[in-house]
Amino acid sequence: MSSATRYTTTAITLHWLAALLIFATFPLGVYAHELALSPLKLKLISYHKWLGVTIFLLTVARLAWRATHTPPPLPETIPLWQQRAAHGLHLLLYVLLFAIPLTGWLMSSAKGFPVVYLGLMQLPDLVGKDKALGDLLMEIHEMLNFGLLALVGMHIAAALKHHFIEHDATLRRMLPSGKEVEP
Amino acid sequence: MRKLQFFSLLLLAGAMCSAQAAEFNQVQISKSTLAFAYKQMGVPLEGKFGKFTAQLTFDPAKINTAQARLEADLASIDTGSSEGNDEVSGKLWFNTKTYPAAQFVSSGVKALGGNRYEALGKLTIKGRSLDVSAPFTFRQEGAVGIFDGAFTLKRLDYAIGEGLWADVSAVANEVRIVFHIVANASAPAKK
Repeated sequence: MSSATRYTTTAITLHWLAALLIFATFPLGVYAHELALSPLKLKLISYHKWLGVTIFLLTVARLAWRATHTPPPLPETIPLWQQRAAHGLHLLLYVLLFAIPLTGWLMSSAKGFPVVYLGLMQLPDLVGKDKALGDLLMEIHEMLNFGLLALVGMHIAAALKHHFIEHDATLRRMLPSGKEVEP
Repeated sequence: MRKLQFFSLLLLAGAMCSAQAAEFNQVQISKSTLAFAYKQMGVPLEGKFGKFTAQLTFDPAKINTAQARLEADLASIDTGSSEGNDEVSGKLWFNTKTYPAAQFVSSGVKALGGNRYEALGKLTIKGRSLDVSAPFTFRQEGAVGIFDGAFTLKRLDYAIGEGLWADVSAVANEVRIVFHIVANASAPAKK
């Protein structure tokens, strides 16, 4: 039964889209932050914010998928403690994928620059302008991002280990190939 | 002769009271504001000038003699962030070392009906003088006159933001100048 051993097309699409956007948004944020004030910096920071809002929306969609579907089980060959660790890691990833865009949004408001999604839709300011709060939120946003970097590193390392060393179906459950997963 | 003078003074005072006319010419700078609004990547932002001076004479009954002169200290700008404030003082923006102030000098005021008026005049920034017209409303609260108005200028007309900053897709060309001026009427010449 392919439906039980692989994620659905929707889940796979959302996962890889989120991955792609995260890999674009993270370095964009780091790079733009280092730039001297220029039109390019203003543009890159705006794109970073728009991507962040998109990741937030994708995360909402992915949690909605999780709430209405049962993910395919991990291969039974994986020890229970590793399965638990994997679930814990996934939970933390979801938490960060909410918390990071949210702290970015709050930081933007606190610094006195409202977020206008895609240059079209202005998000409400959740906090008033407050320089000290803005600086604090920026540090939190940065810290959470380096946490995300570490977790994503572990997530990728685990997926590759299962695929190339254990030769089990863990990664194939999420690969966009049409192949059925062998039990 | 004395009686006549006294009588005419009374008449004049009476006329002034009935028309509620008075010349507003003592600007209360601490109660006045000079602000601006602009868009950066589609994001609406606001700023203000911390230091500016204003002189005006305005009598709604004698609009032909109305005059105004404003001067903003460009280094006192608050764009909303310290990074922005440092940037706009520089050569590409206001070049405040060479051009420390922006000036508006009126050439006349038109009545637009009701409490609406329009100030016409020359705005000089960074050595460039251009005609502007600024619609405003006037409201009188006892001996205090309150002027509220706004107009939009194009920053590139004054070379504000040259070179790489001429890119209006990052910082919009249109900048809305918003003024709120409070001026007291001159003390009536009694006694």
